[in-house]
Amino acid sequence: MEQLERGNPETIRSLETIIRDHPFFAGLEEDFCKLVCGCAKNVVFQAGDYLFHEGDPADQFYLLRHGRVAIQVTSPGRGAMTFQTLGEGEIVGLSWLIPPYRWAYDAKALDLTRAVAMDAACLRQKCEGDHDLGYEMMKRFMPVLIQRLQATRMQILDVYGSRA
Amino acid sequence: MSTAHGLDAAALMLDANVGTVDPTGVLNAMVPRIARVLRRRREGPGVWTLEIQPEETPDAAGAPNQSLSKDAACAPGQFNMLTVFGVGEVAISASGDPADRGRLVHTVRAVGPVSTALAQLRAGDTVGLRGPFGKGWPMEEMAGRDVVIVAGGLGLAPLRPALFRFLAERDRYGKIVLLYGARGPGDVLFRREMEKWRRFGIDVEVTVDHTVDDWQGHVGVVTALIPRAAFDPSRAISVVCGPEVMMRFSIAALRHAGVAADAIYLSMERNMKCAVGFCGHCQFGPVFVCRDGPVFRYDRVSSLLGLKEI
Repeated sequence: MEQLERGNPETIRSLETIIRDHPFFAGLEEDFCKLVCGCAKNVVFQAGDYLFHEGDPADQFYLLRHGRVAIQVTSPGRGAMTFQTLGEGEIVGLSWLIPPYRWAYDAKALDLTRAVAMDAACLRQKCEGDHDLGYEMMKRFMPVLIQRLQATRMQILDVYGSRA
Repeated sequence: MSTAHGLDAAALMLDANVGTVDPTGVLNAMVPRIARVLRRRREGPGVWTLEIQPEETPDAAGAPNQSLSKDAACAPGQFNMLTVFGVGEVAISASGDPADRGRLVHTVRAVGPVSTALAQLRAGDTVGLRGPFGKGWPMEEMAGRDVVIVAGGLGLAPLRPALFRFLAERDRYGKIVLLYGARGPGDVLFRREMEKWRRFGIDVEVTVDHTVDDWQGHVGVVTALIPRAAFDPSRAISVVCGPEVMMRFSIAALRHAGVAADAIYLSMERNMKCAVGFCGHCQFGPVFVCRDGPVFRYDRVSSLLGLKEI
């Protein structure tokens, strides 16, 4: 993974633009945007790179800007099984929200992938210090959680099976 | 209500449905004509495409019967009743090119006795054929608009005739997006044709629910593709076909994306028997799926979707 510079004003301005333009943070208030940007950095993954592995600390989540990421679980004898792919405009990583803050799955870049990595501890701390920001974040994450829960249920239903 | 000719109003509607102009059309609609299997092609596990050709059937005097001619025209979204003699009859949507008037193409999944028997037919075998029946996709309404096709599983088959039409008249339509969900990579239908569809400017995105091989495409449910698709919801019209659960979730995603309720069409599947609105097996609230559908505008049937029993 190549980590791009953060901290200088030019980079922060660029990050602000990227974050504002990302569908996940669409319409985010300026003050919140500044707080969020303080925890952000640009990252790039080559095809085949892992964003994270199952069991590792969930210390970041990602706003995908370009490319695709496969969410996988590995089973002995069966190899890596992909159960979801995510692309531009979506987020990767939810386990940073709840203890024990460990990844439950692997995330692998399928293509050259550009993303904004959000420092989870930094963001959690800011949400704890400013509950308005915390509530704003919750309102943005809950629809994603619900959509993925519904999608998982549909996959479990196996609607395209022979009895469908 | 009986007419002077002794036919009731429903029979006259039937007459219009099968495109004949004489009262014998009623009988013709109920009597299968003979068709011969030209070819059978495997599409996936238990899924086969049959090409059949109606045989010219003489009338009682031995002359060619115009209403039972070899013309096999079937509008996109319409269906035929296919009989395997000695086994039974089943409703199958057309999946071929509507411009090909010499043969009919049906894609069938072997799930019950009739569909299993159909899937086992070989070139030269005969089947019974009634149809075409029903109201198909709104091809004229789609002209000039962005078209979002959402298909799941075998639901791509009834949409394939519309895709043939889009390719033949590409300039008549705006952006065309095909979002297709299948169970696994081996279940993706018409995979080889998808490259051709792409070459003709159709955005084709395929996702599978489950994969353990080296599949490089999307994984997840087809509804997840809808927010990612590039189309203008204000000028879009969407056609949806697949298992009913998948259609309900797809419609919710389309509505969330801004597609109007009166711009969404879906193809319903019910137990069709007579195919002409007499028997009531496919009654869906106040309508018959065979006669008033199978394609319905969403806002006209939305209150019926999801009911456990009608």
